Amino acid sequence: MTQISPVTAPPHTPEAAPSIVRTVDSRRTGPLRRVGEWFRGGGVSTFVFLLPLLFSFIFFSWKPIVDSAIMAFQTTNLISAPEFVWFDNFSRVLQDPLLGTAVVNTLYFAVLALLLGYPIPLVVAVLMSEVRRRRGLYSALAYLPVVVPPVVSALLWKFFYDASPTGVFNTILSWFGGGPLPWLQDQASAMPSLVLFATWSAAGGTIIIYLAAIVGVAPELYDAAEVDGAGVWRKVWHVTMPQLRGVLLVTFILQIIGTAQVFLEPFLFTGGGPANSTMTVLLLIYKYAFQNSLGGDYGAATALSLMLAIVLAVFSMIYFRLTRSWSTS
Amino acid sequence: MSADRGILSPADWRRPRVRIATRATHVILLVSLFVVGLGPILWLAKSAITPTQDTLRTPLSLWPNGMDWENLITAWTRVEIDKFFLNTVLIAAGVWAVQVLVATTAGYALSVLRPRYGKVVVALVLATLFVPSIVLLVPLYLTIVDPPLLGQSLINTFWAVWLPAGANAFNVLLVMRFFDSLPREVFEAARMDGAGNYRLFWSVVLPMSKPIIGVVSVFAVIGAWKDFLWPMLVLPDPAIQPLSVRLPALQQFIELDVFLAALAISTIIPIALFLVFQRLFLNGVGMGGAVKG
Repeated sequence: MTQISPVTAPPHTPEAAPSIVRTVDSRRTGPLRRVGEWFRGGGVSTFVFLLPLLFSFIFFSWKPIVDSAIMAFQTTNLISAPEFVWFDNFSRVLQDPLLGTAVVNTLYFAVLALLLGYPIPLVVAVLMSEVRRRRGLYSALAYLPVVVPPVVSALLWKFFYDASPTGVFNTILSWFGGGPLPWLQDQASAMPSLVLFATWSAAGGTIIIYLAAIVGVAPELYDAAEVDGAGVWRKVWHVTMPQLRGVLLVTFILQIIGTAQVFLEPFLFTGGGPANSTMTVLLLIYKYAFQNSLGGDYGAATALSLMLAIVLAVFSMIYFRLTRSWSTS
Repeated sequence: MSADRGILSPADWRRPRVRIATRATHVILLVSLFVVGLGPILWLAKSAITPTQDTLRTPLSLWPNGMDWENLITAWTRVEIDKFFLNTVLIAAGVWAVQVLVATTAGYALSVLRPRYGKVVVALVLATLFVPSIVLLVPLYLTIVDPPLLGQSLINTFWAVWLPAGANAFNVLLVMRFFDSLPREVFEAARMDGAGNYRLFWSVVLPMSKPIIGVVSVFAVIGAWKDFLWPMLVLPDPAIQPLSVRLPALQQFIELDVFLAALAISTIIPIALFLVFQRLFLNGVGMGGAVKG
């Protein structure tokens, strides 16, 4: 459809154009006149306004997405010209003995993060929702760790995790009669230590989301439950929780997708050690691309990124298909 | 409305057992939140002005033996935290400018001017929300090394951080939603008075959009301040690195008390922004809550 002339109606308001005038008009106009009308109708200035968006998304979003689909099948190291090797990158990555370790570690991180980071914000949010006065203070305190730059808090916690008996956390443990723990220095406790930190730094955001959902529950539902004789716990379990189901389902998948891409914690705390016990998939991608003295193995890094993205996409699709019936009810 | 009630009803509140239990829970909750949420930050503030020996020997003593305000000055001048602080400010300012420019112009074009091809553009922008950022990491890096049209690498320039920041689908979505809710009659009136597209944008839409521009701005600055992996990749030259990238490297060279002072300095701006714009953060805007409108 062509833009009708500004005299009939302002071309910028989509609801203003009567369709009959438009069809009649478009039959009479040739392509040249259409272009002319596009000019006069403000088409150029609209396009000018879209330029920043087009520029940034074309070069820094769409192009890299297309590139990654191509690069996964190439050898690219910025020195020699890229060359198609088809599935070589994939097979090389899949044969890397470190991959299995990285996948297992990432899954371990995700499971630990769910066990620790999924219930805690929920319980805190439920308790907090009953605070009458100064709820703002409670939420501000809970949210503070989210505001601290992650690098700062990671470096701070690295110091807290000092394995000697005079380390910060070990001092606290000793007050309760707990022995000094090796924290990051031991293969068994390194990953749980990272998860503890990750939970601390992220829980505040989730608490705020849950809190908003809990406060939004219609009071009539609680009234009705009370008429049926429900006590406090039954109200939480049978009214609050079902009302939160939609939010809980979304935060669950977001947490999985987030933990699958964990990088900062192992990178800053342990560098993947000790003995690769905290080597994650993203750390492996980083190593392929940026930690090779011979020039980056960008093809392998892209192939692994692509596989991770596909696994996550398939997982989310299955998840949403399976949970569709729960979330709408 | 049956008053403002939560899980507990007024009748519940009158029962002594429930009331005492709830009060007790809230006190425990508040104390734990103080320890867990504020504790590490207070500890950092204290240790920033505590001599290394004190921090190492008795990390949890409430009051340091000696105060050492010199730490902050040493960190700021000798360790050149001032330089990295300035780099961080410049990076955040550029990211802010790019994100606000892209989001407001795009929001105006797509939500107010509504070209016929707009729907396609919106769909393509939305689609990028579903691509995990790791997929972009390597190809985006190579785009910065060898950018199209320019013929000159952007590595070690702030542009490498500024430009990609604009491709933020979430901002575009947020601003579009807001512009959708602006009253169309005002636009009509402005057009009647002879305002063209540019005037309408600058003198009518932007002034009406201060709240959403505020939201985008605060989250742009905080996000840029926190960013680590990307600036680390594209700014290998220490002289132009922001605090987040420089701090882990500095750890090996400087004394603990000065290092903790540097960490404390790096936290001041984000904490200050949070305290000033508390409501913005705690209302859940920018954390997915806003998508629901």
